[in-house]
Amino acid sequence: MSAKPIIQGQEFPVITPTSIKDIDEIPVSVDQARVTVLPGSTKSAASFQFEGEDHTLGNALRYIIMKNPDVEFCGYSIPHPSEAKMNIRIQSYDDVDVHDILDKGLQDLMDMCDVVTEKFTIAKEEFHSNKMQS
Amino acid sequence: MPAPSEDTMIERKKLKVGIETVSNQQSTDFPGHWPGESHEWDLEYFKNNMRIEFQHEHANKLDLTFSLIGVDTSLANALRRILISEVPTLAIEDVFIYQNTSIIQDEVLAHRLGLVPLRGNHDALRWLKWYQKDEDVPDHEPKSDENCVRLSLNTECRWKEGGLEKAKQGVTDPDELYENHNVYARDFSFEPWERQTEKFGDDGVRSSHPDILVAKMRPGQHIELLMHAYKGIGQDHAKFSPVATATYRLLPTIDILKPIVGADAKKFARCFPKGVIRLDKVTSEDTSAHPEECAGKEGEAKAVVDNPSLDTVSRECLRHPEFADKVKLGRMRDHFIFRIESTGQWDSDELFLESIRLLKVKAARIKRGLTRTNAQAQ
Repeated sequence: MSAKPIIQGQEFPVITPTSIKDIDEIPVSVDQARVTVLPGSTKSAASFQFEGEDHTLGNALRYIIMKNPDVEFCGYSIPHPSEAKMNIRIQSYDDVDVHDILDKGLQDLMDMCDVVTEKFTIAKEEFHSNKMQS
Repeated sequence: MPAPSEDTMIERKKLKVGIETVSNQQSTDFPGHWPGESHEWDLEYFKNNMRIEFQHEHANKLDLTFSLIGVDTSLANALRRILISEVPTLAIEDVFIYQNTSIIQDEVLAHRLGLVPLRGNHDALRWLKWYQKDEDVPDHEPKSDENCVRLSLNTECRWKEGGLEKAKQGVTDPDELYENHNVYARDFSFEPWERQTEKFGDDGVRSSHPDILVAKMRPGQHIELLMHAYKGIGQDHAKFSPVATATYRLLPTIDILKPIVGADAKKFARCFPKGVIRLDKVTSEDTSAHPEECAGKEGEAKAVVDNPSLDTVSRECLRHPEFADKVKLGRMRDHFIFRIESTGQWDSDELFLESIRLLKVKAARIKRGLTRTNAQAQ
């Protein structure tokens, strides 16, 4: 399985705990240790590295960050297939802080998920009530 | 600058399918791509344009087809990937073999048992926790009723009463000669412990497909084993994947640019699967609108697109020169016909909702892990 980060001398599984009931089951320090900033970063241009993430989050996050007009460039890559790491590069216009852009991107993605959940639930109910009638 | 018309927006979303090429593949809904247009992320716009339409659900709730409309490929693909490899299910992981005199080797039998899909009370399955197999991890959680489901299989093949005589008479049908010569997934028995009896109820944990053939035996052969099932994800092993397949395809489009009439219309309809093209009659409006093709052909057959979602985009019609400049094929880049086939542990609709939830959890975890002081990687 994927690489496991060591926090305070303890190993934590990275990918597995995405399938959890409640995010609070995992200490915040685990996630803080999964996110690193690659060397050479400035306020308006940085590469972030996420441990235990792959194309699933990478591409969706890239799309939503590219929707931000402050973004000059956004791209993601998986530097090596046998390391569970995902790099995302963000460059911004007008010296906008890339941390804020990444934060907004993640929030937008979460909002998007809520809309899809809502629409799916409504569509499901409609479909079943139509089926009952016919 | 005026906002682009509806037709332009639809045209932009079309992936164009030519004889040998596809074009207009990439999404262009980004700020800065089209002069004078914003395309900034707008939740309200997304809410108004995103649609889900259920198409078909099998009576057993395991096979579901629906349209996911108005989202980008990256989201649809993320959900598909999560469905296949990150939604957790329960599957047999450890097998303790006490006796196996069948001709299937222990390790092959254990592998086959692992692949059998299981089902049980949904709330109880949700209540189950992870079992960390790695014994070296400090504070390693021991096996308990909360993370380990036990099943047993104990079966022995015997001669049926009078079977030996029948064999002497030359009967070869095993159903007439032996008992228990086929070992099926339905022969598993659930061995609940502690709270599991109450949580899983009378049905317990059983195979979602009881007719799966696990092994074949002959008289005197015996299988006795204990199985431990844990929660896992498809990324670790395909047996933990909750779906047989989760796929999407883009909605095909067929644009008939100039009327196709008469014998050509019938030929055109035959280029597509049944139900895609309908044959209508040429009307007087058609003859006045397109005199070149339709003059004097009123009442003859005319090809009309009926249900493009049935098309396989075989491009057969493009091979015929008479249709080459009359038709345009394509696919809608933001219309995904999603199909989820569950292996039986969860209903397909539950799986889709779970996949969205997991994507949100992924984003939420990175968001809370993001601090200004994140370590610089070495």
